[in-house]
Amino acid sequence: MTRIHALVFALCAALAGCGGQAPSFNGVDLTGADWGRGFSLQDPDGHTRTLADFRGKYVLLFFGFTHCPDVCPTALLRAQEMRKLLGADGAKVQVIFVTVDPERDTAALMREYTAAFDPSFLGLRADAEGTKRVASEFKVFYEKVPAGASYTVNHSALTYVFDAQGRLRLALQHTQTAEQFAADLRTLMKQSS
Amino acid sequence: MQRTLIASLFVLAATSALAQVTVKDPWVRATVPHQTATGAFMQLSSPADAKLVSASSPVAGVTELHEMKMEKDVMKMRPVPGIAIPAGKGAELKPGGYHVMLMNLKGQVKEGDTVPITLVVEGKDGKRETVEVKAAVRPLNAPAGGADHGGMHMKH
Repeated sequence: MTRIHALVFALCAALAGCGGQAPSFNGVDLTGADWGRGFSLQDPDGHTRTLADFRGKYVLLFFGFTHCPDVCPTALLRAQEMRKLLGADGAKVQVIFVTVDPERDTAALMREYTAAFDPSFLGLRADAEGTKRVASEFKVFYEKVPAGASYTVNHSALTYVFDAQGRLRLALQHTQTAEQFAADLRTLMKQSS
Repeated sequence: MQRTLIASLFVLAATSALAQVTVKDPWVRATVPHQTATGAFMQLSSPADAKLVSASSPVAGVTELHEMKMEKDVMKMRPVPGIAIPAGKGAELKPGGYHVMLMNLKGQVKEGDTVPITLVVEGKDGKRETVEVKAAVRPLNAPAGGADHGGMHMKH
């Protein structure tokens, strides 16, 4: 009996600060990952931005392109809804949209596109090489696919979440809702408060 | 006698079925300046099996039928030769599935505008006909669901 108690206690302590239950996330817990450590990309004003610039904020990072009719606007819309669901804490979240189609997604287009969802959202880009680099750092797959006279870009649709210390913590899936996103952000915020 | 009448009515219904392909709730996602592609979504229904085989619009240089699929967290989009409209069941073109892809846009597609789209529908007998659609332009950040879920568009 005491043994079981001790075991439960040890498990509990190991799992969390144990205010009751272990932290559980809707997304995939990436805490401790040795990849996705940072980025160096251009904002629409042409300034270089790195993950360190957003210390103190919870960063939501995902990849896409503006000529995407479906997944990308849905991801941006979900981020917008998630910020609303978080209420005042929404201001602690920085949403970053990185293009995998720098050829068509110019700085001006990135600015207009993200602003159509939320003026606080940031659209970042790089040249072809830089895009390759950041995609590989985040294990993001993307490929140009011809479509008619033009092309489309198949790409990973995960959303990464960094905590306020700039550590990669979670990957949320495209099938998850704004409510599930918000719940995970709340859990993260609670942990560090 | 009555039987023949019913039978001929069926034939009549079958031949005129194509004319009965109906389109509900067509909409196009607005674009920002310089954005040259967007998607159109709608619900198609038909009393007889039919297939949407192509679409065109004066606002786009190229119009294709596309399917979006998630494969292991990777979004894949590909042109499809047609979208089946099963009798009575219909087909829904919505975010997360099929859409009419409008590419090489000739200008910005603004919220509140109407985009004309011509659909080419094929019946089981291979006969084709066109259906004219006037799609409303919804904001870029319109939710994925139909109008029923688009809280922004509902007036209570």
